[in-house]
Amino acid sequence: MFAAKVIGRVVATRKWKTIEGIKLLLIQPTDWKGNPRGEPIVAADSVGAGAGEFVFYVKAREACFQWLKGNKQVLDEMPPFDATIMGIIDGVEINENL
Amino acid sequence: MKICKVIGNVWATRKHKCLLGLKLLLVRELDVETGTLKGETMLAVDKNVHAGIGNVVLVCDEGNSARMMLDNPVAGIRTVVCGIVDEVEEFKKVKRFH
Repeated sequence: MFAAKVIGRVVATRKWKTIEGIKLLLIQPTDWKGNPRGEPIVAADSVGAGAGEFVFYVKAREACFQWLKGNKQVLDEMPPFDATIMGIIDGVEINENL
Repeated sequence: MKICKVIGNVWATRKHKCLLGLKLLLVRELDVETGTLKGETMLAVDKNVHAGIGNVVLVCDEGNSARMMLDNPVAGIRTVVCGIVDEVEEFKKVKRFH
């Protein structure tokens, strides 16, 4: 999981059925001190984050599982996401010179 | 699996339910030969390993193993701490970490 800052919202009217009702946010990946790195990406929001918040997100296939209702990996229910916001960061303690 | 060093931790109140009760650690890959850190800083989940800042740990960056470890087939987590490294032997040179 990696850190990012929420910089905006994405709205799409016509979308794949499994994405319906899920909030999409534009996030700028950052390092753990908040400095931006790389290009902004679109991520699904599972925690209710808002603009300007410092969040962490998961990439790849694991981004789809949060949205399943049951306890099984049902392929038909999995939305096609490649990034999902997993939590809002309250604080970070980091020391690279150990 | 990678040999990483724990360089920090993250706390978050609002997070996805699959992360509840789990420790979030910042880890970075360790070059065992030179003792330097390399690569990106990742957020790894610690369940019942009890690693702390400064520990050298074994990190598994793969979704299916993470889900098996966490005993949740739909957890959206792919980076888990699965052990604390005591020593590494490479070409008969033994490096102890604690």
